[in-house]
Amino acid sequence: MRFGIVLFPGSNCEMDCQYVLKEVFSEEVDMLWHKEQRISGYDAIVLPGGFSYGDYLRTGAIARFSPIMKAVEEFADAGGLVLGICNGFQILCEAGLLPGALMRNWSLHFICKYIYIRVENERTAFTNACSPGQALHVPINHNEGCYYADQETLRDLNERGQVLFRYCGPGGEVSEGYNPNGSTENIAGIMNRAGNVMGMMPHPERACEMLLGSEDGRRIFSSVIRRWKGKD
Amino acid sequence: MPREPEVTVALAQEHGLTEEEFERIKAILGRSPNFTELGIFAVMWSEHCSYKSSKVHLKRLPTKGKAILQGPGENAGVVDVGDGLAVVFKIESHNHPSYIEPYQGAATGVGGIIRDIFTMGARPIASLNSLRFGPLKEPKNRYLLSGVVSGISGYGNAVGVPTVGGEVFFSETYRGNPLVNVFSLGIAPRDKIFLGRAAGLNNPVIYVGSKTGRDGIHGVTMASEEFGSGGEERRPTVQVGDPFTEKVLIEACLELMATDYLVGIQDMGGAGLTCSSCEMASRGGVGIEIDLAKIPRREEGMIPYELMLSESQERMLLVARAGTEGKVLEIFKKWDLDAAIVGKVTEDGFLRVKEGRRVVAKIPAKSLAEEAPVYDRPMKEPAYVRELQEMDLETLPIPFDMEEIVLCLLRSPNIARKSMVWEQYDHMLFLNTVVLPGSDAAVLRLKGTNRGIALSLDGNGRYCYLDPRMGGMIAVAEAARNVVCSGGRPLAITNCLNFGNPEHPDIMWQFAEVVEGMAEACRLFEVPVTGGNVSFYNETSGRAIFPTPCIGMVGLLEDISHHRVQWFQQEGDLIFLLGESQEELGGSEFLKVAHALEGGRPPQLDLCREKAVQNACLDAIRKGILKSAHDCSDGGLAVALAEACMTHPERNWGIEVELKDDMRTDALLFGESQSRIVVSLPEARIEHLMEIACQFGVKATLLGRVKGDRFRIKGWSFSLDMDPKKMRQAYEQAIPSYFR
Repeated sequence: MRFGIVLFPGSNCEMDCQYVLKEVFSEEVDMLWHKEQRISGYDAIVLPGGFSYGDYLRTGAIARFSPIMKAVEEFADAGGLVLGICNGFQILCEAGLLPGALMRNWSLHFICKYIYIRVENERTAFTNACSPGQALHVPINHNEGCYYADQETLRDLNERGQVLFRYCGPGGEVSEGYNPNGSTENIAGIMNRAGNVMGMMPHPERACEMLLGSEDGRRIFSSVIRRWKGKD
Repeated sequence: MPREPEVTVALAQEHGLTEEEFERIKAILGRSPNFTELGIFAVMWSEHCSYKSSKVHLKRLPTKGKAILQGPGENAGVVDVGDGLAVVFKIESHNHPSYIEPYQGAATGVGGIIRDIFTMGARPIASLNSLRFGPLKEPKNRYLLSGVVSGISGYGNAVGVPTVGGEVFFSETYRGNPLVNVFSLGIAPRDKIFLGRAAGLNNPVIYVGSKTGRDGIHGVTMASEEFGSGGEERRPTVQVGDPFTEKVLIEACLELMATDYLVGIQDMGGAGLTCSSCEMASRGGVGIEIDLAKIPRREEGMIPYELMLSESQERMLLVARAGTEGKVLEIFKKWDLDAAIVGKVTEDGFLRVKEGRRVVAKIPAKSLAEEAPVYDRPMKEPAYVRELQEMDLETLPIPFDMEEIVLCLLRSPNIARKSMVWEQYDHMLFLNTVVLPGSDAAVLRLKGTNRGIALSLDGNGRYCYLDPRMGGMIAVAEAARNVVCSGGRPLAITNCLNFGNPEHPDIMWQFAEVVEGMAEACRLFEVPVTGGNVSFYNETSGRAIFPTPCIGMVGLLEDISHHRVQWFQQEGDLIFLLGESQEELGGSEFLKVAHALEGGRPPQLDLCREKAVQNACLDAIRKGILKSAHDCSDGGLAVALAEACMTHPERNWGIEVELKDDMRTDALLFGESQSRIVVSLPEARIEHLMEIACQFGVKATLLGRVKGDRFRIKGWSFSLDMDPKKMRQAYEQAIPSYFR
């Protein structure tokens, strides 16, 4: 499988995503410079975490105007798989490829720590290697991770199974006490209606080796690879 | 164009130069300097840039060793870590700016130290910081802590270098003068190190990065003076950081360094264009000519003086091979960076600054960079030292409720959990952080190898105040011990020395003593010093801070699987103490918390015994005998045991421990005797541990067992029986409670 990772100026998790896809999963990976106008020959596109354009103005607000974003949109329209992680999620929301917005954490502080997320829908391109309701141990690392969407959008997301992950406790219990950033309904990750574009605030690439504390993040990438190979 | 002021002795003195120094400048030039030249001399001969008061003492630090590829004198030290890799690291202070404007002061401190690393050709992969503030109960100190931490977080996270560890300490002494010491480390192929030196007649000198403005003019002169009460007026001398530009600058420079276009490169930090140009020329034994008309600017009407002294951030100066300049500029264009050819390398050894055709400054580069005045300032042991050392601690009443003391110590911000700080830092980027913050040292793996490195920052200002030489030795020993407890072999150190006004003989004495203590310890541990930073004039309204060295220790793990954490691992494991407890209460956190005293002699360190304990511990870790290891430091044995029970990320452990030593209970539980490590191991390995202890001549005492769900310590005349959950609550809530 061939992954393309988009490199915006200020991105910083692109090398981590590349490392995991290459070294842990032995898949092919290329870096795509943000000034590229076209994407071809890729099976999935990753928008990595970081601080594209320094998060100046608003997270993702400038990156969405990078030339490559038009190509990403076309890629998504044609059914290609797109993963937005952290800043990537923020960019996808700004670009209108995913509904809702990410606001500052309720604490007004940046937060970097391990948390748990519960898998809300395991029948998707991004979660099919997870078991129903499984709690994944993965880190978050953001200043603007408080997911917000209006009531109508939330209803749609819930009814159509587009909510992929909610912040939870070690046993999968979803409650306000386990909400690290004030996200509406503890939402940590969603997908679009067509089921081929996803965004999540936690960093699955940081949890792919036991040496670093957890392997739970592997399940996200495994899911994508399984879907592509037609095995799920 | 505004008229430049006339250069007089009085003006030189306003610039922080003495009358003798002014005479010396005239002798070097053979004439009186003009205004621009005066400004250039003033910044280069400032304490901050020239180390004029510290140089004679720093010479005593050992700087050579097998693994050292680059010692002091470059932008950062370089150490061989095997498998063709080198680590590049340095520490620097940003104390003065952080007091004036905590967010930007700390942020630009991070930006500056990171530039020192990538200018050597290394990708920065980790930062640490050592922070000191006045007591948290005062709102001003909470404001400073919040601002500094936000600044480090805001800049460090966005620039994409994880902050993997550090330390925070509170004491009245830092009330008017907080310390912000930032450490950064990068990694590079050992044969691809770049140096800050110019070479090659007519090679182009290229400027890249942010445009130059009026910010930060006289930053280094400010760092070379004491504060009066109105530090806020100095705010315009603090620079404003732009982490995005720096991130792009890192990527662009590393891309350039992968080519063969580059001859030398240096960042523009303190003293900006002046420092980078004359240091590069001086190191290369050549001259540099710069045309100020070509410098990218963001403000109009800047005069040569301002352009040369500006400390605008995120700028680099480099020398490329003639003929490659087009390709160099192309790389910067790809990253949308401002870059311009601003000058050339000459052979006459002069820093020649022009504006168009007019020469506005012409100074021998060496006279600025290497021939600054050096002072062997008078020293005198201050009277307080003996007085405090002789404080009678033996007659202090022994507290009745030891359980309450344990809780008080766990609540003391100096011991309490600092997660409120480190959770604001991205500490996982690059997928290297094997031991996260919250243990004795940070451990990173080195990708593509089986190796790892352990990093620790340490320095106890209180010990140094009471006995500077002993304090300097302990700072090095403790940093090494932290690295050893994490499974690393100490390799080398960088250091940041924070002191008061060196023109006062008692401060100079403290400085010389601390350096001597450090030098002794470094020699015995065979850990050379690869460079560092001296920050003098840490005084406000005549009150100096505690002499505070901060040691940044880098250790090597030949096998990353040897990494260890401070917390216990398994029910039933045995708990041993390596080393011996003495009846020592002097300088302890216990004295401060329970008796509001900062006095006595600090714990006495026997370097040979320390080394034996460390060697035994490391050997036992490498042989797979130990499951955890934790250094005994602030709060003594009781706090070390408590931390081993309640800092596991997911659970608490209970213990049953019996202490058989015959001494004051408070000294036994809370004394801070050096050279002690609390370790845990499976019962089956007990003989192996005893063999190793015997081989290294180290006392290993069985303390008890990881068992049950109570924290139980028994002695001849006391018994503690506490709930680890409650202890954890005290430990974790202490610092956040000040911010509610």
